[in-house]
Amino acid sequence: MLRFVAKRIGLSILTLFLVSVIVFIMTSIMPGDIAKQVLGRDATPEAFELWNKEKGFDKPLVVQYGRWIGGVMTGNLGTSLKYEMPVSEILGPAASKSAQLAIVALLIIAPVSILGGVVAAMNRGKKIDRALTVGGLSAAVIPEFVWAVVLILLFGVAVEAFPVYAFPEEENPNLISSVYHLILPSIALLFVLFGYISRITRAGVVEALDSDYMRTAVLKGLSIRVAVVRHVLRNALLPTIAVIATQVPYLAGGLIAIERVFNYPGFGNILLAAVIARDFPLLQTAVFLIGVVIVSFQLIADILFAVLNPRIRQRVTE
Amino acid sequence: MSATPTLELRNLEVAYTVRGIDRQVLRDVSFSIAPGEAYGLVGESGCGKSTAAFAAMRYLPRNGKITKGSILFEGDDIVSISEAEVSRLRRSAISMVYQNPSTALNPTIRVGKQIAEVFELNGFSSDEAMTEAQEALTKVQIADPARVMRRYVHQLSGGMAQRVVIAMALASNPRLLVMDEPTTGLDATVEAEVLDLVRELRRDTGTSVLFISHNLGVIRHMCDRVGVLYAGVLVEEGATTELFDNPSHPYTVGLLRCIPRGGLHKSTDRLDTIPGTPPALGTNLLGCVFADRCALVDDKCRSQQPQMVTISGSHVARCFHSDKAKDLPRSVEKIEFAPQHEAGASNLGETLLDVSHLSKVFTQDGHKVRVINDVSLRLGVGETLGLVGESGSGKTTIAKLVLGLTPPEEGGVISLDGKGLAQTLNRRDVQDVGAMQIVFQNPDQALNRRHSVTRIVARAVERLRSFSLRKAIERAHELLSGMRVESTLHSVRPMQLSGGLKQRVAIARAFAGAPQIVVCDEPTSALDVSVQAAILNLLVDLQKQDKTSFIFISHDLGVVRYISDRIAVLYLGRVVEFGTSQRVFSGPFHPYTEALLSSVPKIDGSIRRRIPLTGVVPSPSNPPSGCVLNPRCPRKEGSGYESLCESEEPNLTEVEPGHFMRCHLPIEKLKQLQN
Repeated sequence: MLRFVAKRIGLSILTLFLVSVIVFIMTSIMPGDIAKQVLGRDATPEAFELWNKEKGFDKPLVVQYGRWIGGVMTGNLGTSLKYEMPVSEILGPAASKSAQLAIVALLIIAPVSILGGVVAAMNRGKKIDRALTVGGLSAAVIPEFVWAVVLILLFGVAVEAFPVYAFPEEENPNLISSVYHLILPSIALLFVLFGYISRITRAGVVEALDSDYMRTAVLKGLSIRVAVVRHVLRNALLPTIAVIATQVPYLAGGLIAIERVFNYPGFGNILLAAVIARDFPLLQTAVFLIGVVIVSFQLIADILFAVLNPRIRQRVTE
Repeated sequence: MSATPTLELRNLEVAYTVRGIDRQVLRDVSFSIAPGEAYGLVGESGCGKSTAAFAAMRYLPRNGKITKGSILFEGDDIVSISEAEVSRLRRSAISMVYQNPSTALNPTIRVGKQIAEVFELNGFSSDEAMTEAQEALTKVQIADPARVMRRYVHQLSGGMAQRVVIAMALASNPRLLVMDEPTTGLDATVEAEVLDLVRELRRDTGTSVLFISHNLGVIRHMCDRVGVLYAGVLVEEGATTELFDNPSHPYTVGLLRCIPRGGLHKSTDRLDTIPGTPPALGTNLLGCVFADRCALVDDKCRSQQPQMVTISGSHVARCFHSDKAKDLPRSVEKIEFAPQHEAGASNLGETLLDVSHLSKVFTQDGHKVRVINDVSLRLGVGETLGLVGESGSGKTTIAKLVLGLTPPEEGGVISLDGKGLAQTLNRRDVQDVGAMQIVFQNPDQALNRRHSVTRIVARAVERLRSFSLRKAIERAHELLSGMRVESTLHSVRPMQLSGGLKQRVAIARAFAGAPQIVVCDEPTSALDVSVQAAILNLLVDLQKQDKTSFIFISHDLGVVRYISDRIAVLYLGRVVEFGTSQRVFSGPFHPYTEALLSSVPKIDGSIRRRIPLTGVVPSPSNPPSGCVLNPRCPRKEGSGYESLCESEEPNLTEVEPGHFMRCHLPIEKLKQLQN
């Protein structure tokens, strides 16, 4: 097990290194001259040169990369060109906001989708199964921001049950208020992910229901319900866990459209602003951090998978 | 006699709904099992055996339903009782053991916990249940039950997993135990152990057993009474010995004749078959179900359904002509051949394949595992070399090495017709590739589902013979017709064919390149015995006609004995005995061969004392020192050779002309011990 984890972590680090290189190169070759935007069109060539020198942009790319990645690893995320403040101070609060949204969304999406999948599987072929499957898939083809607008119109404007902003206006909002504000965006995300996650769950549960060990459980004298809880779920949810883990970065890594619709100061808004302003120290770091989140959750999913599945666990210990 | 039967099926009819139509799978089936009795149900696949078993558990597939009749458990009808009551019965009175133990156990729960669950259902606290579970494992004679408790199913061998399932089934002290093919898929030695265990447990507990098997030998060995099912109809029933010795339904007679047994050999005997195929699921029948395949059929059989006729005592058969059944005309002519090879002779025909010093080392999690250890074999033109041994003995790996699918270690030489072959397939030329082909166990997986039968064969002809497409197709048709695949079936996909026909297509494919050697890896293991007989006949015909040689791998010793001229017995990647079929099977035997042979239940009911192999097959990554068999050897103790056996590995030596053995005990000693 330890070897397995060590190997996975090693691979994750390698992946992140490649991500950092790609991100760096891509942001560096982005069109548009940042110096022009900062100093204005009329600045003298000497001023440009001086500015570039001051920021270190005259150095070879390799040196620039080394400085950047070295900084990232030691906690110095660099300085934003546009805001002229440390990147960490910009990204920190945004990441925290995005994480809050992701957590609330996940707490709603995971149980609801899994329950939907289980219910569909246990009523395989019946009307409720078809309704959940077809409904889930239909909902998923509509983008989250359209759902967001619809939900705002229905529950924010027409019924006024939920706030139309995802972010409480008062200072130091309490937990309940924060969560309450995040419910509408979470539901919009639920509509998008429900079909996908519940379908994977349904497939897993159907397979487990048809399995020989489920037959054994029933023929031992367990009621169907108990047999499902004890024997089906653990096996059936393995693929679901993997799928959910891969969706977490999507939730946490900048839901640009949702954040804009709900006016939420999360990661997505920062990303968008950084792209528009060609603020590449900010952009590089932000994209790289999203990469870190994605890779970390993939790692967590892999390890969780191994913990739940003795076959994988054993193979890696032997 | 008036005791209430433990289980009684009365005029039971079960139907499966397929595409909205009810198709009958059990037709008016009645039988009963007395307390303490073991009742066997035999028949080929699709005849309704398992349906009857699951009906007795009141557990039918989602599309299955009982349309008529009743199932009585200890006199009470269980067809109409509620699901909760059925659960109560399953918890306390009826248990089941399944065909495939490794999938019947939950892969993510420790097996101890799964057994304990049954005790918990019966009111034990969870600690008590765990203690009881360990006790249950002790009862099924598992070594080190405390450790097995903590295992997951993938860490158990097939035999251990089946013991766990049996322990689980017996945990509730059931009055009825339903066993559905409990030893199918297990090695012969393990099968024998499991069967012995079941007999012992039955003696101790007095449980009634419903025993389902396609293996007539196993049924004869295990059951007091037997029912023969055909197409959902019980066609014959009687006390085991009486029914086997005096079969009175043409189907039973045919089944018994299909089986290669009692020393039948291809050189002198041709297997009989049952022509045709069973009626499709749910066909409406006017007359006798077996009429279409029966050699005694007349107009009455086709228009009227026969009733059970008493043969003697409780022996009944559903046939108008039961008195003539014994003289059922053979469907395959019995051809007398002059024996080609004199028994015991060393006159191996002209050597075709010469394999010497073949070894193979696999790396498993960083450890080197020697799965094949210095194997040398020879195969003559037009001969069959049978490879036998328990699973893991290296049979398939040898086949793979010979075919070039995996390269041998340094020093291994494979030569065909005196010419050395490249060690891997991609370095062999087309001719060499065509010269050696393979037929797999499972034709479903070996044939491309998306291609037509003709295309599958023609493609192989095109590649191996460099024919033009048109000529290849022509040749494919010839080959398929030669395998007796009707021309109307040449354009269909494999899915539309029965198992036997699929295997014929696979054989046609193997013969596409006019091979000199065809490796047959368990080619009939997935087939019914009547189909198996037809396939074996076909292989023998092809061999005679084209002088093709076979390397034949099978766990069924009867089959291997029938078709092979030479036999190599393998244990832990080593040849422990090698010789003519006659020699190897008539003895004196290598102790391992002896144990293997003695573990096969005989259809003729003759009892041979089982020579048990103790313990489990050791891991090839850590083979025992000395003779690899020594920790399990049935002949080591008291032979006077113990210290030699434990310290030195014996060589393969010629003990008689043409008979090689890897054993320290001299042949006279073995002869004396084995008498």
